[in-house]
Amino acid sequence: MEFRFTDEQRMIRDTAEAFLSVASDGEAVRAAMASELGYDVALWKQVCEELCWPALHIPEDYGGLGLGYVELAATMEQMGRFLFCGPYFSTVCLAVNALLVAGSESQKATWLPRIVAGDTATLVGALDTPLTWEATESGYRLSGSCRYVIDGHGVDWMVVAARQAQGGDIGLFVLPGDADGLTRQWLPTMDQTRKQAQLDFDSVQIASADRLAGAADADAALAAVLDLAAVALAAEQVGGAQQCLDSTLAYVRERVQFGRSIASFQAVKHKAADMMVKVEAARSACYYAACIAQEFLAGGPMGEELAEAASVAKAWCSDAYLFNAGCGIQLHGGVGFTWEYDIQLYFKRAKSSEILLGNAAVHRERLAAQLLD
Amino acid sequence: MELRFSIEDERFREEIADWLADNLTGEFAAIRFRGGPGDEHMFPEERKAWERRLAEGGWTCIGWPEAYGGRGASIEQQVIFHEEYARAGGPGRMGHIGETLTGPTLIAFGSDEQRERFLPGIRAGEELWCQGYSEPSAGSDLANVKTRAEFDETSQQWRITGQKVWTSLAHESDYCFVIARTEPDSAGHRGLGFFLLAMDQPGITVRPIEQMTGTSEFNEVFFDEAVCGAGDIVGAPGDGWKVAMGLLGFERGVSTLGQQMLFQNELDEIVREAKRNGAARDPMIRQRIADAHIGLKIMRYNSMRTLSGNADDGSLQPEAMIYKLYWSTWHRNLGKLAMDVLGPEAEICAGAPYELNRLQSLFLFSRADTIYGGTNQVQRNIIAERALNMPREPRG
Ligand SMILES: Cc1cc2nc3c(=O)[nH]c(=O)nc-3n(C[C@H](O)[C@H](O)[C@H](O)COP(=O)(O)OP(=O)(O)OC[C@H]3O[C@@H](n4cnc5c(N)ncnc54)[C@H](O)[C@@H]3O)c2cc1C
Repeated sequence: MEFRFTDEQRMIRDTAEAFLSVASDGEAVRAAMASELGYDVALWKQVCEELCWPALHIPEDYGGLGLGYVELAATMEQMGRFLFCGPYFSTVCLAVNALLVAGSESQKATWLPRIVAGDTATLVGALDTPLTWEATESGYRLSGSCRYVIDGHGVDWMVVAARQAQGGDIGLFVLPGDADGLTRQWLPTMDQTRKQAQLDFDSVQIASADRLAGAADADAALAAVLDLAAVALAAEQVGGAQQCLDSTLAYVRERVQFGRSIASFQAVKHKAADMMVKVEAARSACYYAACIAQEFLAGGPMGEELAEAASVAKAWCSDAYLFNAGCGIQLHGGVGFTWEYDIQLYFKRAKSSEILLGNAAVHRERLAAQLLD
Repeated sequence: MELRFSIEDERFREEIADWLADNLTGEFAAIRFRGGPGDEHMFPEERKAWERRLAEGGWTCIGWPEAYGGRGASIEQQVIFHEEYARAGGPGRMGHIGETLTGPTLIAFGSDEQRERFLPGIRAGEELWCQGYSEPSAGSDLANVKTRAEFDETSQQWRITGQKVWTSLAHESDYCFVIARTEPDSAGHRGLGFFLLAMDQPGITVRPIEQMTGTSEFNEVFFDEAVCGAGDIVGAPGDGWKVAMGLLGFERGVSTLGQQMLFQNELDEIVREAKRNGAARDPMIRQRIADAHIGLKIMRYNSMRTLSGNADDGSLQPEAMIYKLYWSTWHRNLGKLAMDVLGPEAEICAGAPYELNRLQSLFLFSRADTIYGGTNQVQRNIIAERALNMPREPRG
């Protein structure tokens, strides 16, 4: 048992930290979030070509780096810490995972190298998909309308989850962003650092070859994809929760009231200590889940714990991030409520990541069902 | 990162599990799952006999170096031992203070003579220890101890006078380690000594304190010219604080994983009760049970991180510093959950005059968890000051 980063994993973490602290500083985040696309195209190109982050856990057979999920989590943690704006979560944590889990050999060989080359992608209909599919002579037809699609308005292509009629079997399909009959509309969001869209499918035609055919049980495959994504999201939440603590500490040290640094007041110290408890526990939960996710993708026996580990991590990290961001605002006083200070951006990101892929209550209920029913 | 245990470690797991299955039978069957926190006053004689049985099997002090009678077990093996012990319902250890506090302290700071004299008795499960730190005026502010130690040149003995309080299991113990002031006019953490005292002597009086549970695990201990030999001070006079703090470092060791198995047993009981009485259908209760489950899982992962050693710069272990505050708060919440799962039945005792059932005991006893071993407030001060480098508390 060696439950800590290896030297190589630490190096990957440090590289991400060094890069993002400059490339994703406050100014960069504010510029990106003000745009409809949501990110700086030149920066994304650099992330793909120089840092090769989208290729991180894609196996070498498909042109990827073949690294593990712990490395992915370490990178996501830093992205969360610096509020990185880019289609990384959608492309890598949703679409790549969907292909890895549910794609056939030839589908993986078709689509994964395109991600390595810089394509962006997402997953549509992740939770309780409102979309339906039906078979046609040459393939399938998709109908319905789906909101809350992460980066859905700008991605090159997408994996779509739909049900055969109401309550029928899940089908997973790959679809280009400019498919006929597909309308994509950006939805302005409270957390502007992560973009969402509404996608309307008006009898969108799909060739039979584009239905993902690598998993026997598509329902289970989709559930696993969402669990993998939740683990990555939890890592992002850890980074955000840590940054809330760090920036708050920096602030309270400088701020003087009653003739002394407000960091010397016990009420402030105790709040900070509570924030540290939340984030360290979050880190333990998230790293454990990342190890399990790695096992799952490698087909190891501990991979069976994926659903549980993902729910533990997502539930805790969602609450922890929101707690730390909320305490952060409180300890900043009035400036915490301004547009100018970054703590508000973390607060909003904490809320949007809490909702994404099921909030803490949803994940607790999932565990409760396993324990009690 | 690697979560799995090695094949040798798994073999070790089988060995201890088999031994426990063979030995927790007969006279010891009745004390399975007994004597844990909140139940420490129960079956003292049987549990003392069990300590000796453990020792015969070579299962006491397994983490000590072989030179001192231990097995030199790796961290992983100690983790496994504690997990299997708790899983099998191994009774609350009477010898844990000697094994986890006195022993490591003597190994780290003691003289050869002290090690030869005291380690074998602990190792054999025959000599039990208690911890004489707190006093009426020295609780959170431990450095404020007033108990005095004077060296008597004629008899070549130390004479200890003063009062300790909240001394757990003093009434069952053979020895006590005591911090006392060796320099009469000193204050704070200077001028202290760390002494090893036999409990069975005229200068020591033990008076049980009745707890809110109606039972008495802890005591007041009065020292009136109690004596120990010139060689029974650990370190030099004046080193007491260093030794005392070193000892507290051992407190957060591997036994935490065994403690977590006890917590798991408690949570399992709450889950069983919720299913039985229908509380499991209440959405709020479901959330809280799941939350307790999550909290316990993370407690384990957090300990795994601690035991794997840190991390970034090798010095500070943030996940180790949060441990006490984290588990005590979790456990206290578990006590509240237990009562809410029981509903009105929570009030009804197992018997008269005041026989608490296990969950009532959990509810009441977990109120102590956030007090002893550094209160939650003191833990927050420590985290803020040592992990987050915030300004220190003003001192009186
Ligand atoms: C069940 C049990 C078993 C015990 N066993 C032992 C034992 O075997 N040996 C032993 O030596 N001791 C033992 N203790 C004693 C225990 O360590 C002390 O109770 C503890 O350190 C607190 O000290 P106190 O009771 O004097 O409370 P106080 O220190 O008086 O604290 C009272 C309140 O003030 C708060 N407070 C105090 N200082 C600060 C501060 N600086 N900042 C903020 N808040 C503060 C505390 O958090 C607490 O809420 C035991 C206690 C219990 C409950």
